[in-house]
Amino acid sequence: MYNPQLNKNGELRHLITTEGLPKAILNHILDTASSFVSISDREVKKVPLMRGKSVFNLFFENSTRTRTTFEIAAKRLSADVINLNIQASSTAKGESLLDTIDNLAAMHADMFVVRHAQSGAPYLIAEHLIRTGQNHVHVVNAGDGRHAHPTQGLLDMYTIRHYKQDFTNLRVAIVGDILHSRVARSDIHALTTLGVPEVRAVGPATLLPGGLEQMGVRVFNNIDEGLKDVDVIIMLRLQNERMSGALLPSAQEYFKSYGLTPERLALAKPDAIVMHPGPMNRGVEIDSAVADGPQAVILSQVTFGIAVRMAVMSILAGNQG
Amino acid sequence: MSHTNPSAPDAEALYRALLDQVRAGLAGVADAAIVGIHSGGAWLADRLARDLGLTSRLGSIDVSFYRDDYAKKGLHPDVKPTHIGFSVDGATIVLVDDVLFTGRTTRAAINVLFDYGRPERILLAALVDRGGRQLPVAADFVGAHVQVERGQSLALARAAGDRLVLTVEEDHV
Repeated sequence: MYNPQLNKNGELRHLITTEGLPKAILNHILDTASSFVSISDREVKKVPLMRGKSVFNLFFENSTRTRTTFEIAAKRLSADVINLNIQASSTAKGESLLDTIDNLAAMHADMFVVRHAQSGAPYLIAEHLIRTGQNHVHVVNAGDGRHAHPTQGLLDMYTIRHYKQDFTNLRVAIVGDILHSRVARSDIHALTTLGVPEVRAVGPATLLPGGLEQMGVRVFNNIDEGLKDVDVIIMLRLQNERMSGALLPSAQEYFKSYGLTPERLALAKPDAIVMHPGPMNRGVEIDSAVADGPQAVILSQVTFGIAVRMAVMSILAGNQG
Repeated sequence: MSHTNPSAPDAEALYRALLDQVRAGLAGVADAAIVGIHSGGAWLADRLARDLGLTSRLGSIDVSFYRDDYAKKGLHPDVKPTHIGFSVDGATIVLVDDVLFTGRTTRAAINVLFDYGRPERILLAALVDRGGRQLPVAADFVGAHVQVERGQSLALARAAGDRLVLTVEEDHV
């Protein structure tokens, strides 16, 4: 089956989604990331791999944190990083997405890191580059609409592997607004490919998309049942803008029904880990006692995220055509 | 497929010769350390560190992030973590590789070490020197100089009981 993420040799040239990525490629990224983790402890925190390459951060949607982690990752690979605040520039003047890409490619960009509110924008860019024969330019999806956030998915996998070693005996619960979450989708595809036998989606019916069962996911509307005996809890951020619609009554109400409290955490396995992609809403989806507690690995996720993004960029930039 | 050449030198005998040279070379050196290059060099460094009583000053490096053929070949599919648990500053480091050939791996490994600090001295130990240098690199300690045909490689393997075995392999085209 045609997968624009892979070149003719089956190597990763663009990272758009974790969906359909072979297990061997996921493992290669995680293994490579583990070699990058220790670089941040050295006297010189960078390696010369991407020296002379230009990485363009194209954030059509704001995200200071994600942009910063990509910037740090690229700089630790010795690449030159150009941050474009697209909202304030060409797009506002009416230039089309692909015209922007062609212009930047003409400035000899080697990689685009793309964040876009529209699902499919990074895919569109990758397809355009392939169609126009610009095979030396690579695309990393840094989050598109509700579709995918593959590097977050991969850093979640790295974190789980770090604490649990083996994927094949785990129960993983993803809790919250799964309907609007690109992180949840990227996690579910990666977890399934890596052999996790039980993935659970926990949340109110208004925030769960259809078709989860077809993805092999068990659905729970009751959080107490959903957390029972799980090894990993992935909390999702409840986006404030969802409150104004008809999907949820209020933040307090949500916390009462779905917030992760110490009492609820006690329903999971005693050594369960708690993850969150950030930024957290304390007192909305997660209690401070849990967020700051011994089972939370939220800051480790941030640290591992740099290494995982270094792995993704260095693998992509080395694979041509 | 690769096949074993019966005329490949005895790796254990070469190791003993190398050990004697390194021991003599490090006599009286205070801040000595041993660093092996993955994979074969790391096995040799392991042995050397044990035989020289330097296990607390043992490291291993993978040069994948420093290779000069990244643009051509991409990232190596099997990158191992680099591990250096001692202070490189002021140390005399014996860098260990199994087969010394073009010198490019040595160049990359020296760059890795300098990103950990400023060593006083770096010495190079190789089990086998097969000639064919493309950079001005020379080993300080060598088990043996061996002639290998173009299109062939020498490979070090670890058999049962940590015994080292050298084989001659045909390069994959």
